[in-house]
Amino acid sequence: MKNILGREVPDNIKGYGEVKHYGGYLASKGTKTKRSIKLTNVLPGDEKLHDNLDVVLDKLPLKDGMVVSFHHHLRNGDFVLNMVMEKIAARGYKDITIAASSIFPCHGELVELIEKKVVTSIYAAYISGPVADAISAGKLENPAVMHTHGGRARIMESGDLSIDIAFIAAPTSDDYGNINGVDGKSACGALGYAYTDAETADITVAITDNLVEYPNTTIDIPQTLIDYVVVVDAIGDPNGIVSGTTQITKNPIGLKIANMTTELIKNSGYFKDGMSFQTGAGGVSLAVAADMKAEMIENNIKGSFASGGITGYIVDMYKEGLFKSLFDVQCFDLAAIKSAKENPGHMTMSASMYANADNKGSVVNKLDVVILGATEIDTDFNVNVTTTSDGTIMGGSGGHADTSAGAKLAIIVTQLANSRISAIKDRVTALTTPGETVDVIVTERGIAINPKRTELIERLKETNLPIMTIEQLKDIAEGMTGKPKEVEFTDEIVAVIEYRDGTVLDVVRKAK
Amino acid sequence: MLRRSMLFMPGNNPGMLQTAEVFGSDSIILDLEDAVSLGEKDAARILIKGALKTFNYGTTEVVIRINPFSTPYALEDIDVMARLKPNAILLPKATPEDMKKLDEMLTKIEKEEGFEEGSIRIHALVETTYGVETVYETIKMSSRVDSVCLGGEDLAADLGVARTKDSEELFYARTKVVNACKALKIDAIDTPFTDTNDEAGLLADTIHAKKLGFTGKLSINPRQINTIHKVYSPTADEISWANRVMYAKDEAEKEGLGVFSLDGKMIDAPIITRAMNTLNTARVIGLIK
Repeated sequence: MKNILGREVPDNIKGYGEVKHYGGYLASKGTKTKRSIKLTNVLPGDEKLHDNLDVVLDKLPLKDGMVVSFHHHLRNGDFVLNMVMEKIAARGYKDITIAASSIFPCHGELVELIEKKVVTSIYAAYISGPVADAISAGKLENPAVMHTHGGRARIMESGDLSIDIAFIAAPTSDDYGNINGVDGKSACGALGYAYTDAETADITVAITDNLVEYPNTTIDIPQTLIDYVVVVDAIGDPNGIVSGTTQITKNPIGLKIANMTTELIKNSGYFKDGMSFQTGAGGVSLAVAADMKAEMIENNIKGSFASGGITGYIVDMYKEGLFKSLFDVQCFDLAAIKSAKENPGHMTMSASMYANADNKGSVVNKLDVVILGATEIDTDFNVNVTTTSDGTIMGGSGGHADTSAGAKLAIIVTQLANSRISAIKDRVTALTTPGETVDVIVTERGIAINPKRTELIERLKETNLPIMTIEQLKDIAEGMTGKPKEVEFTDEIVAVIEYRDGTVLDVVRKAK
Repeated sequence: MLRRSMLFMPGNNPGMLQTAEVFGSDSIILDLEDAVSLGEKDAARILIKGALKTFNYGTTEVVIRINPFSTPYALEDIDVMARLKPNAILLPKATPEDMKKLDEMLTKIEKEEGFEEGSIRIHALVETTYGVETVYETIKMSSRVDSVCLGGEDLAADLGVARTKDSEELFYARTKVVNACKALKIDAIDTPFTDTNDEAGLLADTIHAKKLGFTGKLSINPRQINTIHKVYSPTADEISWANRVMYAKDEAEKEGLGVFSLDGKMIDAPIITRAMNTLNTARVIGLIK
């Protein structure tokens, strides 16, 4: 059937089950129940610490069809997922479901396990690299489930997906499982996604390469949530975990988009004392942060908080007093990690606190302005950040749909036309974020405001900003690139795109 | 037209040709000369031809820099490009002799193509010592000339001196070019500032050139446009002053006064002209309605 966004989504999907169709971004409000978690006493004198992963695996109730979770704070330098899955595969287990907060190119070894049916299901908020290619090619037994960062917390807390065993990459731990991410050779900063895993899994295993004496003096994830601690040589490659510095774009088009975005924010009505703000680590996002910093200083604006994945640029704004505090679910660079360790106002948070729609209030609900990217946008303001225009999976929502729903002003920044490809289409190839939660599209050639935001349109009329309709933007783009040919797909569904409330927005089909 | 900034874009880069006008420069110069290697001259001509037929550059002035007459490429550049009817041709290493040749060729092509005579304009890029010494004659050679642009890098090489950040070596050329342009009422466009990462240096250099009388600046990177425009656009104080001058003029005319003063200073025709120019510029760039 066609859902309310006009996407063709079956009522029941093989390997996924019954579909709850998307009903609007607030349709799932109401009273919810949390899953009850199994708990095994750790008694006085019991040892959690082991120096060998095999010894720990011997103690775990491993079985075919189990669900294991991983988190992605070590990003493209993560060793833990491959390390654990290699041993599980060697023991002959099959039909494993992996719930990873994100999967990166470094996890390419999973492809072989997918082909051998060791891994048959994957849940993630973001998938890129060889695993994404394998899923797009239809190699995974069941459709991948692509949720949001907040949706992942919700799915675990509700029990829609029960985690049997969580493997926590712990940059520093003591022998009783007090973990932090800010110390050690594999420091990655905030452990926001891992916190949710530790809280909701039946069994948790902390894997560390930096064992410290009890008690660890900085605790992000406490001993009360950890069953086992195992020490290995290395949990990750520092070169892939973080970049030394993230860089503002030097691309003039990106800079122009950033300048226009800042001008828009300045005139939006949200640019005032107490404002809250989120932007990513991309070059354009950082350029917006740099422009915003200058404008806040010039206009003597003091913000309330900045949130999300934190970068050195946002830390600088905090240090200069432009934001009172930072809410950090994952650190993007070394400066952010250092700040998370040193600054009391730099607060780490769980994925649930960050973006879960089914709790008593997540941080995204308190956001004034968020800057987000897009691969494609359609004339209903729906956004695709899951696939490329040819239908191959190359990312996913992450916090995109969460922040877009929560923030008062959700701004999408994108280059209107990149060589032969227009960013604005009649219909996005895959739908990640519903247009009803998107307020503004900023491109180098013009700005389109969601017609529902009449007060914003009125407010921005008096500026010199090139405001136009999204149809006009599309016409400009197609004038340069021509109308793109539609990609042809088979009926085979390779991924299901869940909204933050667990309803299904769209499916990704295998391209012909 | 307003010509605060003229931005060079390589003629052999499709992506840049597609986005040439989005940076807001008043003119774009699609380059067939220095930015294009010898083996790509043909390809660049074809790309520019395709770009001018495909893309809508709106109100941005489209200028094509041809290769100099001293190269084997100039004649074909002119023959192909002029038939595309760009707003203007930028003549490199401009001299009176080359200006005459270009003017004659353009007149011939305009006749053949049925274009209005004189509709293809010329900007003269002065970048040799001979070019500097003969700049007045060069401008006088064709009624098509809308501006002289100064090319500091080539000129310094011809002078046998090093380019410096404060451009002291260009002082004579700068003032000579400005004087010739002012005498013949055309635009004087300053040399580009080549350190694209030095925004403060660009700002200082542009302010200095404006003080010498330049009306705009060449640019080699889109990131320089905002800074150049900042210098060559009227400030809020200048707009306010111009409004007050025009108001005082209207009041004086109502009272039948031929001469009047503002803030204790006599206002005469040149000051009124300056105020009108300020307001016109502010209107064109959308600072006032």
